[in-house]
Amino acid sequence: MAPTQAEGKTLLIHEGRLLDPSQGLDAVGSLLFKDGRIEWWGQGEPPVKPNAVISVPGLVVCPGFIDLHCHLREPGFEDKETIATGTRAAARGGFTTVCSMANTRPTVDSRATVELVLHKARTEGSVRVLPVACVTQGQQGKQLAEFGELAEAGAVAYSDDGRPVADARLLRHALEYARALGRPVLEHCEDPALAAGGVMNESALAHRLGLKGMPAAAEEAAVARDIALAELTGAHVHIQHVSTAGAVELVRREQQSRRVGTVTAEATPHHLMLTEALVLGPKGGDITAALGPGAYDANAKVNPPLRAQADVEALRQALAEGVIQAIATDHAPHTLADKLCEFDQAASGISGLETAFGLVMGLVHASVLDLPTLVARLTSGPARIIERGLADQGLSGLGSLRVGAPADVTVFDPNAEWTVDPGQFASKGKNTPLAGWRLKGRVMATIVGGGIAYAAPGLAVQKAVEVAGA
Amino acid sequence: MDVDDFSVADYDLVFETADAMREVLGREIKKVPTLRGKSVVTVFFEPSTRTRVSFEMAAKALSADCTSIAAATSSVAKGESLLDTLRTIQSLGADLVVMRHSASGAPYLAARHLDMAIVNAGDGCHAHPTQALLDLYTIRRHLGRLAGLKAVLVGDILHSRVARSNLSAMTTLGLEVTLCGPPSLLPGSNGDAGWPACPVETDLDRALEGADVVMGLRLQLERQEQGLLPSIREYVRSYQITRERLARARPGALLMHPGPVNEGVELTPDVAHGVQSVIEEQVTNGVAIRMALLYLLLGRGQ
Repeated sequence: MAPTQAEGKTLLIHEGRLLDPSQGLDAVGSLLFKDGRIEWWGQGEPPVKPNAVISVPGLVVCPGFIDLHCHLREPGFEDKETIATGTRAAARGGFTTVCSMANTRPTVDSRATVELVLHKARTEGSVRVLPVACVTQGQQGKQLAEFGELAEAGAVAYSDDGRPVADARLLRHALEYARALGRPVLEHCEDPALAAGGVMNESALAHRLGLKGMPAAAEEAAVARDIALAELTGAHVHIQHVSTAGAVELVRREQQSRRVGTVTAEATPHHLMLTEALVLGPKGGDITAALGPGAYDANAKVNPPLRAQADVEALRQALAEGVIQAIATDHAPHTLADKLCEFDQAASGISGLETAFGLVMGLVHASVLDLPTLVARLTSGPARIIERGLADQGLSGLGSLRVGAPADVTVFDPNAEWTVDPGQFASKGKNTPLAGWRLKGRVMATIVGGGIAYAAPGLAVQKAVEVAGA
Repeated sequence: MDVDDFSVADYDLVFETADAMREVLGREIKKVPTLRGKSVVTVFFEPSTRTRVSFEMAAKALSADCTSIAAATSSVAKGESLLDTLRTIQSLGADLVVMRHSASGAPYLAARHLDMAIVNAGDGCHAHPTQALLDLYTIRRHLGRLAGLKAVLVGDILHSRVARSNLSAMTTLGLEVTLCGPPSLLPGSNGDAGWPACPVETDLDRALEGADVVMGLRLQLERQEQGLLPSIREYVRSYQITRERLARARPGALLMHPGPVNEGVELTPDVAHGVQSVIEEQVTNGVAIRMALLYLLLGRGQ
């Protein structure tokens, strides 16, 4: 994490709309950082004279976004992404903390690999990286990873994302260990047999296109199994990238029943905002019309697949209600060659860090939820899910603007419009179905540990000399 | 790519051109110089004999230079990407590529990145437009009209590109289509709407009532291993087109099949070779239809 604040230095974020759902804060004010922590917030003059000032009139200042789910690809797939490029993309997207998935090569299933990720993040990264470690060694689904040592090394959660744990008995024991360590298991819910060979949502559209579908039931069957195991073990199961109305309903019912165990869920910006119609091309299309030249767009291939409008509606409602506590990107960068091939063979995934915020701001502009709720799902919601891991890393308070919390802040303009240009991404992954889209809502600055990880062009940072002269 | 953007007038144009090509094929010297100097390359990333040979004969009858590449013998086997293979063919000077590929949508990818004309000779489960054209052409020649006819497509609808392209063509041309097959091989069993916009039926006897056209589809025998069929015997019991079943259709109804036929599975041999069968003529008409397409794409300037 490069941009840490130098000791003794102070930075003032001057006169923005301070928005912190964790303490019900929504008021115009200023925010002072010192030694990488939040020193003060309030109206009027700060208690000490700052070394630097960023003036943010008309902008929103909120806790830094936390992404529970992203693929930084390093070690092993540096042609797709590195910790350096992925965290730069995160900073541009307003994320001050990202949880890196373990499906690298080698997988993150040992102290050595956890430490490698942390070391790379410290020396080359732009934002905080919290490693998620494997559930099973090598993600082979056979032998549990060494949960205790992985937690001690810095893993905040466990996941075999990308290769779901098929063996329910093994997952049960994984949950028992995870519970003892106060950490969640993040589950990519997919019944492997039902989903086998699928490349998009199973639907009339898949049938029309002659593509093999992954039925919603493949996700729902796995969610139901995982809920049962959460109850059996009393552990915390976190459902990754929930994508179907049925899965949402299972999670909602479980949360309402208040039984033992904890079940939380995340949704991705693309599942909240896009439908399978994008497989017909970047402009979508009508199932009854002739296919356009853009049909079979591999940039719309992602797992779980983009679903139907009814699923999108159910996800949005669950996000508003809090059944889904976190928005997570599932940032999945790929090379051009990985996508520039037959739809069946193309890699699954969307490079999402840099479009996430602009995309989900659409929910606020469409009045699906209010701005504080959206910010909560990007900050306090995800922070709560990895609470114990954060505490163990000395990061308690992350996801809030409380005094004493790490000085991680995102500044954004909710109304600024911009055009998505993958060529401008900091991520190596240019794979997005959103090229050319106009998004309304733009990250203006990302501050990590009191240091500036990203500042949009045009955002003035006044240094100490100027401040003194003013 | 597919026939889904064809208008009735487009079909008429292809069929009328095919009539002229049939006349050429009936001559003693079955060759005209129309496409002399044009280069046609067939690239088959999936094995096929009849479609490839049909295109090659069509190209040669129009005096085009025709080269065939089977994916197994090309650099595809060495891991070259689809686009690289096609770019090479384009650089070699091909005017038109006929491609067959096991992945649905592969020709759309190719068309997005290449300048030469591409004819889809079948992509995955998605489309087989020249087959639909020759099927409709065959029906029109025999029954004299298309609009208002009742057609039943029988078999593995779910994995059939022939069924998809025929459904599209038949719908545009005013035929009433019923899709019939085992429940595990039909689309829409999960209650989806939007496609297919026609009746879907699991009872073959009921589907055949009053049909003017009965089209069997090839059953890939490996479907049984995939758990989609209890047994071939069970398929035969419920979905084989037999003389008795065919009697439920209109007298004089046409029996069609895109081939190759698993005789004794989709059709009984007596039906396959019976008076109502136009299977062999489908093959013959395929050459005329493909000549018509090559002529329309290459022979008239732009």
